[in-house]
This record gives sequence, C-alpha cells and structure tokens, in this order.
Amino acid sequence: MSEKVLMKGNEALAEAALRAGCDCFFGYPITPQTEVAAYMARRMPKVGGVYLQAESEIAAINMIYGASAAGARVLTSSSSPGISLKSEGISYLAGADLPAVIINVQRGGPGLGGIQPSQADYWQATRAMGHGDFHVTVLAPSTVQEMCDLVALAFDLADRYRTQVMILADGLLGQMMEPVVLPEPAGADARADKPWALTGTGGVRPGNVANSLCLVADNLEARNVERFRRYEVIRDSEQRAETYLVDDAETVIVAFGACARVAKSAIDTLRRDGVAVGLIRPITLWPWPADAINAVLDGGVVRRMLSVEMSMGQMIDDVKLTVNGRIPVDFFGRSGGVVPTPAEVEGAVRRLVDAGDGAPAAAGVTAGVAAHNANNGKEA
Amino acid sequence: MSDIRSEIRLLLAGFGGQGILFAGKVVAYAGLIEDRELSWLPSYGPEMRGGTANCSVTLASSPIGSPLVTEPDVLVAMNRPSLEKYAPIVRPGGVIVYDSSLIDTMPVRDDVQIYDVPATGITSEQDLGGLANVLMVGKLWRETQFCAEDTLTAALEKAIPARKAHLLEPNLRALKLGKSYV
Repeated sequence: MSEKVLMKGNEALAEAALRAGCDCFFGYPITPQTEVAAYMARRMPKVGGVYLQAESEIAAINMIYGASAAGARVLTSSSSPGISLKSEGISYLAGADLPAVIINVQRGGPGLGGIQPSQADYWQATRAMGHGDFHVTVLAPSTVQEMCDLVALAFDLADRYRTQVMILADGLLGQMMEPVVLPEPAGADARADKPWALTGTGGVRPGNVANSLCLVADNLEARNVERFRRYEVIRDSEQRAETYLVDDAETVIVAFGACARVAKSAIDTLRRDGVAVGLIRPITLWPWPADAINAVLDGGVVRRMLSVEMSMGQMIDDVKLTVNGRIPVDFFGRSGGVVPTPAEVEGAVRRLVDAGDGAPAAAGVTAGVAAHNANNGKEA
Repeated sequence: MSDIRSEIRLLLAGFGGQGILFAGKVVAYAGLIEDRELSWLPSYGPEMRGGTANCSVTLASSPIGSPLVTEPDVLVAMNRPSLEKYAPIVRPGGVIVYDSSLIDTMPVRDDVQIYDVPATGITSEQDLGGLANVLMVGKLWRETQFCAEDTLTAALEKAIPARKAHLLEPNLRALKLGKSYV
C-alpha cells in the first residue's frame, strides 16, 4: 500500500485526476474550489497535459466540449454560481454524448450567495443540470480519500456510458485535510476506446460528428431514447451507498457528503445512550441508491427516516419517492453555508424518537452496539 | 479531558498572518506520523484578510465525523477577539493557551487549565520574529503531550516545505522555547 499523505480535498482530487489520465483541464477560479485549478496549473504542464484558465466558466465548458469531442479525458471544476454558468454547455455535452467530468465544490446560494459549505445544488445536479431530456451521473464524496477515489470512477463512468459525471463536493470537503492514499496511475489500457471521437478519418473511415443539433423530431426522439437506455443500465448497475448501523435502527438518517460525517458523529453519541439509529449514505446521488433504501425498509425495523442536509431540504424528495409513504420522513438541515453540528443532529433525532409512533423507541439497544463494529462496510 | 491519546480536538485561532494554519498543520502532521485518524479544517474566505483566522484539528483513534471543532479540548488563542470568542466553548477540563504579549485580558473560566505565554514577546527577543505560532505549539505539547516528543520534531520538519529548509533551524528553536516555557 502506498504511503499516506496529508492533502486538502481539492488537491487530492486534482492529483487523482492526473493519475486517472486527465488530459485537459479548463476552468475559472472561484472559492472554495480554486485549489483544484491551482494544483492543475502547477502540475499539468509537467505531465504533458493542457491547463487553461478560460475567460469565463462558459468558455471553459465549451473548451471541454471541444477537447472531449477530440477524444481527450477532460475535467472542469467550479463552485455553485460557476456551475450554473456551465449548465448550458453541460446540456450540449449531453446532447452530443460527450464524456466529461465536472466538479462542483458547493457553496451557499442562491445567487452569488456565500462561500461557506453547502449542499443546496442537489436539485440542480440531480434534476436539471441544463435544459432538455438528460441526466448527469452524480457522485458525492464524504472524505478526502473519496475526493480522490471517486475521480477515476468518474472518468471511467463518463467514458463507458458517454455521459457527464459530476462530483458534488462542498467547501468543507474541498478545504479540509485528511490522510489520503493516492491511487496508482491508471495504465493506458484502462482508457476506453473512443471510435466516435473526432480524431481525423485518415481517409479510411467516414467522418465522425459531435453535435447536439437535431432538427428532425423523430430523429431527436430516437437519440434521446437511446441515451435513456444507457441511463437505465447506469440505474441498474451503478448505484452506490454506504450503510452504517442500520440493521437494528428504528431511526435511519439519510445524509451524503459532509453531512454524513456529522450524522455519524451524532449516531455514535446516540448509540452510547442506547438510541437505535443508523445511516444510509448515498454515494451516487444519480443514480439514486433506491436499492439500499429499499433494503433497509424491507428489513422491517426502521420506523422513520430523517434526511439531514446542508440545504432547506432537497434530497428529502428522493427519500420520500423511495419510501413512498411506507414510513414518515422528516428533515433537519442548515442553509446558507452553516454546517450543522453533531449536537444539532442528535437533538433532531431525539425529538423524533421522543415524539414516537406509539411504540417505545430503542429496543434492542445492545444488539446495536455490537452492530457498530460489524456493520461498517460499504455496499457497492 | 478524556484520554488525550484516543481523541483530542483543537481550535487554533488568531489574526490572518500569524501562522495559525501552519501551527495546526504541525499538529496534523504529528497525527499522520503516528498513523492516527486526523482532520484539519481551516476557516477560509474574507475573514482571513485582516480578520480572524482559525483552524480545527482533530487527532483520534477512530474515524472522525465532523471535522469542525465546536467544543474544543484545547484552545490556542493568539489574539483577543479569538480568546473572547472561543474561551467560552472550551470543554470543561480542557486547556487554553494564549499569547499574553498580544492579549491583555484573562479568560474567565475556573473549570479549564489556562496558560498564558508571552509568545510574541519571547520570539521577538530571541530574533525569532513570526514564530510565536510554533512556540505556542511547543507550549501546547508541554501541557497536553498530544503526541510523542520525537513525533513533534518530525512533524515540524515535515510541515516545512523543502524550498524553505533554511527556516527549519529557527522553527526548531521556537519549538524548544515553547516546550521549556513554564
């Protein structure tokens, strides 16, 4: 195993991109993601890649379009307001089926908002990353190690499905340092073959076209149907979630990214007091990990779910869609760049448990403490 | 304070430019060297320009949830606004170390250990200007033993980038002054 190093989330992510064979980075600075661009500016020229600070986010995303069409592995990075500027270009990438990895180190909004950590771009990322019929695959890291590990996955998914993959982080994960084991550089054979790329015909094959314009309705519909078949495959095979102490949990928190860390702290405290509480942490936000949530519901122990978010409540929509009225779903969140404290989340759980549903909460407490150690793994 | 070898949560705070984040990094590297779980989280943004800068560091034996330290075991305060803001949130039984060269007030707590160190004064006298932060880390180590002694030196060496290797010697001197300050 490689040596652990101490890195900021933003820097670990950038280094991981280089090791995953990122050929081109186009971006524009914005707090709290600027370290990604700064790191790329320093390192890209040394490894023979392209780093370019564009004149705007809109220019950067269109450079991504061009380089991706030419078959390069491409990365752009921004934070909330900058991502909104890129949304037109992301829709064009989707329409032309061009793979790209897009980083959003979220900050508080709407508008220019603030610069402190937020998860308020959940709806944007999972519902409407631009106009038209398309999805973006969305990965949500929760540690600096995951800021690193999800990058290679993002490139691979983008290439495999010819789709756009967003890593939805936040200012806390971008700015914090943790020990991280950097991945081994990807070999050249790990790269997907791209017969669709605009690499020159050499006079031996028909020319390729990368274009989102399609004026014949029937043809455009056929393209969209084909794309949604790929989305079905992604939905069936790429859901990822981690569960923590869910087996005997009557209250299950659903939280991703930085909020999942806060929730785990709260859960550890509550468990010491005998409260049967666990966590489902979506790692893919799209595809939404419905299977993991259904598995917990099918266990028959859970009585209520609590969506914990750094927003006014966005992911809770997806939790409710999956739960579909089977149990109550509540919400606790902080907005505008405020990071909830473990004590606040703990309080929210206690209020729910105390309100009860006619049955004593937290039976089978001791089993839960044992589960603490046994049930700490990831469900891929 | 609970067992310091299993978990210690520190908040370091002062003005931007005092090396608060660097001091936190030294503590973080100590955790890395001892293969402990650790997190380091800086304040970022406009407050760093002339305002307060602060840094949350946690060293632990199990994975760290929130990296944001809201109830520190240890507060290192290097200006008055930081001491006034954060002294009240230190856990009972915790430790406050503050730079008494720059802070002319005393924290009003009788349930924590309080150490006043004229760090900026000492470092200026010793021709170690700008290294009050490192002296404070030395004093912090003296009072909490948050890592092994060898680790502390190694951590400081690791925190100083190769291109600034000439600064290692004065840094080590400042650390030593802190470690021996009674």
